[in-house]
Formats: sequence, structure tokens, C-alpha cells
Amino acid sequence: MATTHAAPAGWWFRRPSIIPGFGLTFGFAVTYLALIVLIPLSGLVIRSADLGLAEFWRLASDPRTIAALRVSFGTAFVAAAINVVFGVVVAWVLVRYRFPGRRLVDALVDLPFALPTAVAGIALASLYAPNGWIGAPAAALGLKIAFTPLGIVIALVFVGLPFVVRTVQPVMEEIDREVEEAAATLGASRLATLARVLLPGLAPAILTGFALALARGVGEYGSVIFIAGNIPYVSEIAPLLVVIRLEEFNTAAATAIGAMMLAIAFALLFLINLLQAWSRRRYGHG
Amino acid sequence: MDLRIKNVRKDFDLTPALHDVSLDIASGELVALVGPSGSGKTTLLRLIAGLEQPNAGTVYFGQDDASRLSVQDRQVGFVFQHYALFKHMTVLQNVGFGLTVRPRGKRPTAREINERARSLIELVQLAGFEDRYPSQLSGGQRQRVALARAMAIEPKVLLLDEPFGALDAQVRKDLRRWLRELHDVTGHTTVFVTHDQEEAMELADRVVVMSRGRIEQVGAPDAIYDTPASAFVHRFIGESVELPVYIEGGMIRLDGIAIPLSAADEPDGPAALVFRPYDVAIDEVDRATYPGIAATVVASRWHGRGRRLELAVGAGGHSMEIDLPPDVAPPVDSTLSVWPTRWTLYRPSGASLSHPTPAAAASMVSPIQQMAVAQ
Repeated sequence: MATTHAAPAGWWFRRPSIIPGFGLTFGFAVTYLALIVLIPLSGLVIRSADLGLAEFWRLASDPRTIAALRVSFGTAFVAAAINVVFGVVVAWVLVRYRFPGRRLVDALVDLPFALPTAVAGIALASLYAPNGWIGAPAAALGLKIAFTPLGIVIALVFVGLPFVVRTVQPVMEEIDREVEEAAATLGASRLATLARVLLPGLAPAILTGFALALARGVGEYGSVIFIAGNIPYVSEIAPLLVVIRLEEFNTAAATAIGAMMLAIAFALLFLINLLQAWSRRRYGHG
Repeated sequence: MDLRIKNVRKDFDLTPALHDVSLDIASGELVALVGPSGSGKTTLLRLIAGLEQPNAGTVYFGQDDASRLSVQDRQVGFVFQHYALFKHMTVLQNVGFGLTVRPRGKRPTAREINERARSLIELVQLAGFEDRYPSQLSGGQRQRVALARAMAIEPKVLLLDEPFGALDAQVRKDLRRWLRELHDVTGHTTVFVTHDQEEAMELADRVVVMSRGRIEQVGAPDAIYDTPASAFVHRFIGESVELPVYIEGGMIRLDGIAIPLSAADEPDGPAALVFRPYDVAIDEVDRATYPGIAATVVASRWHGRGRRLELAVGAGGHSMEIDLPPDVAPPVDSTLSVWPTRWTLYRPSGASLSHPTPAAAASMVSPIQQMAVAQ
């Protein structure tokens, strides 16, 4: 998920630069990425290629697999969208206001990073269960949270929040106060300033935060399995299905699901990167 | 629209930024607020715009009390030192912004906004740049976009905060002249802030000199230059020479030696003798034969229209720089007799003497009299 830069024009592999060490650092970067990212993932692709196209397709189009993928990507998408809204608000409060305990709140944001996901999952499950502190009143209103896709969304919102806050926060700190003042003197209300001036400038950062939260949500396992209830076709996530298939010694099916997830995730992130490049150009960075 | 500022006071965290400032600005006037940093000039400008709220006092736009209005409702055009353009909008969108955010009832049609923005872009000589983004413009061009954007809302007053501060010298000079011409065409009541006294003197109808949260003097550039109201103004506007003297029985003494200037009827005590570098006469003779201020030439510099001398004065280790006509060239290390032909004596005000801090000490004098001594 490296940031994309405009490709050099013409046939130049790289533009002549005064900064030395391109060969060395480029070689290192490629080798390192190959070792850490590419080789393990290509292992997955090679194993699924062993299956043959027909067999792969049979495994991948299994209704339970499709349902699990839909739950995984659907909930991750919704959770990332929720995190974009509230993460931006949290970042705004942290950047714009000075209040007692600001540093504490700032540190709290990172907790979902540090907490073992299983701990978070158990805590959330007991909180949102039909007899939990939040689950009970919600149940009284006829709303079932834990053991439904809604529960998964809540768990993913929890783990994804820091990604949005931490990507948006530094960009927000860079916003020039005078730009807002200029908008105000031109007659723009706070709302208009926010919608027309501030948010467009933050769009690339918000997109990055969204992509990171989405990616994290799709891959999340620990915190979800406790609250999801893991009902096949309803609240069973794809990573869990991979584990289930492995426990059944059905590595072929596990591989197929893994490869599907990889393909979809890659396509999504690539799309978001394209969108980012576009919004960078559109909003005149550089 | 005329502008009246009445008894405005502003404190930042208990430190006063403006003490009881009052100022009247006539409709169509071009006024400069000038002063060193920390003098309160930008604070005053931001108070007029409504970007700051005064702790006391009122700002009137015509007959209306503008202090009651929010920034959005004041309809002021504000130009910032660092342009503050919306970088994700084109030049055209930037200029039209103020009109597009108007409430539905008062908003012109998209077509009218477009036309108005285009005509303003033409007025600031940026036709052809409508679709550029601010990052594709030079500093001077960006500032002109900012000005067009401010004028688009038909402002009651135009406020410019160090508009040329971030530009290089040549662009600055061009823009300055251009702004003056533009003002003469559009006739907006305009207030601009600058720390550059030359800029203020060249551009403004009236200059407001500020220091430490107070207005020191308001007047036409010529009057400010020729009859400064305080030692601070004398020092800040144009060049000046300042010598610490002591008055004793109507005689002015420098390092204990009387100089040939009289301060009759002045009470005894310390004072500052201030004059322009060119308001001097010299005699290339020993002070025994002519009783001026004895001075030794330390350095002599030719600048085309004359000669600038750096002089060491008297026993107190003072120094001063004076300008001489081209035909006089006293050699270095020679001794001269120097006396000012036009000068002012400023007396320290008793109140400030009790807090002698180094920074404040420089302006701790108040004018007693303006004296022009005939030769």
C-alpha cells in the first residue's frame, strides 16, 4: 500500500536525480518486499493454482464461502465508513481544542492497536450480549447486537478507529487557520466552510484512513469471533471459515477462500489508491 | 463606507494588545496602519474585520454598529499576508467563492457569479489564468487572486494584512503601485497593515503610526514626516539621529559641554535631541573656533547623491550618521564641528522613567516642543 506517485514521463525508468543511492535502496526495497510480502502471498497463489481452475471455482463458489466473504467485506466496509465519520470528529476535537485530559484522550485512541484483539472481543461480547450493559437495553428495544452482523460491525469499528484518526490528524494539524478565516470573511458559515473548504483538503487523508480501516476490518479475526456468534450464512466471517476448513484438514478449501480474499482485497485497495491519486490531483497537492 | 473605531481595547490573556484606540476613516480613503511588530496594527485590522472581538469599545461601519455583526455578516474584504487561497479550487472558483456561499435568496445565479468572477480576474490582470490552481501561480499572482476574491463580495471596506510581506522586492514595488491605481479606480475604503514605513508613506492617503498598542500619530505622509508627534514617530518614519542631552538653565549640554542650541524656558533635566541626518551644517574647523558638536569622522561612504559620514561624537562614545552634499568630503579621522539646522527635543515622561526596560527605554520620551532654528 505504498503511496502512488506520478510515473516518470517517457521511457525513463527513473528521472536523473542528484540524490545518490538509488540502486542500493531500490534493490533493498524490492528484496525486502519480496521476502516479507510477495513470497508468502505467492505461496498462497501457487497452492490455489495447484487446485486447477474447475476445482478452485467449485470451492470458491460454495454458498457458505460466498456468504462468509460477503459478511467479511460488507461489515468491514460499513465499519470503515462509520470510522471515517467519527474518526474525523475525534481527530478534529484533538487537533482543534485544548482541554484538560486532551493527552489522555489522545493516548486512548491508540488502545485498540495495543489491546490483544481477543480481549477486546470478549469485552465487547459481554457488553453487547442480550444480558450485557448495552445489550440489555438494546434488547428491550428489540435490537439484537451481539451474535449478528451488527456485532461484527461494532467490533470492527473498535479496531479500526485509530487508523482513521491517526491518518487524518497530522493533515488536519497542517490546515492553515487563515484559510478558514478567509472563508468566514467571505461570508461562509461554519458548515459551508467545513463542507466546501476543509473537507476537500482532507479527502486524500480520509481515503487513506478508510482504506487502512477497511483492510484491517477484512483481516480481523480475534475480536470478531467472540461477538459474531459465527452462524454460517449469517455472521460467519471468511477468516473464521478458513480456520474451520483447516481444522477439517480441508486445506484446498481454505486455500481457495484465502486466495479469494486476497484478490478482492487487492482489487479494493488498488481502486482506493487510484481514487486517492485522483483526489490528490483534484485538490491540488503538488 | 466610512469607518469609525471608538475607544477600542483588546487584551490577549491579560496582556493588553490595544489600549483605548479611536480612529476615523473617511469613505474611499486608503489608510496605512504602520508600526513595528507587536504594535497592535494587525490586531486593530482583525478587530475591524470581526476576526477578533474587542474587550471594550465599538466599531462603526457608517452609522451601523458593526461590533454586533459576525465576521460573515460584516461584508469585509480581507486579504492575508500568505494569501489563504483555497488550494483545491481554481482561480475562478476562488474568486467566486464568496458569492456561491451566499444564502439562496441573496445568491446571484451561477451565470452572474461566473461573469462577475471573470470581470474581477480581468481587473487584477489575470485573464487566462481562470482554470489554474493556486499552486500553479507565483506569489504576486496569488495575492492578486486573493484581492479579487475579497472584492467579489462587494465589501464595505477592504482590509489588507501585510499584503506584500511575502513577496520579493521588485514584485512588491510593482504591486504597490498597481494597488494604488486599483484603489483610485474602485474607490473602496481600504485599510492596510505594513511594517514597512516606506510602503505606508508611498501608498496611503493617511498614515496611522502605532506603537505598543497605541496610536502615536495620524496624518498625511508629509505631515508625519515633517512634524512627528513623538520621538517614536521621528525615529520610525524616515531616518533620524538621536543624541542624549541634558538641559541646564536653558542650555543644551552633550556630555557636559554646551552646544549652540538654545532651549530657553525648558526645565532642567535629560532630553533626547533628534534630527534628520541631512538637517545638519558642518564646519571643517576645530571646535575651538566654532562651537558646534565636536565629532570625528569614522567612515565616509559615497552614495551617488552625496556622502554619508559616520561620526564619533564627544566623550560619551556616541555615534551618528549624517548626510553631506556631494561637494564636501572631509577625510577620515578629521575633526568636524556639526550642528543640526532643524531639530526636536523630546523629554522623558516621568511615568515611564520608573520602569526603565531596555526595549521600552527607546520610546520613553514625549515631545515638549518642536524647534526649528534659523541659521
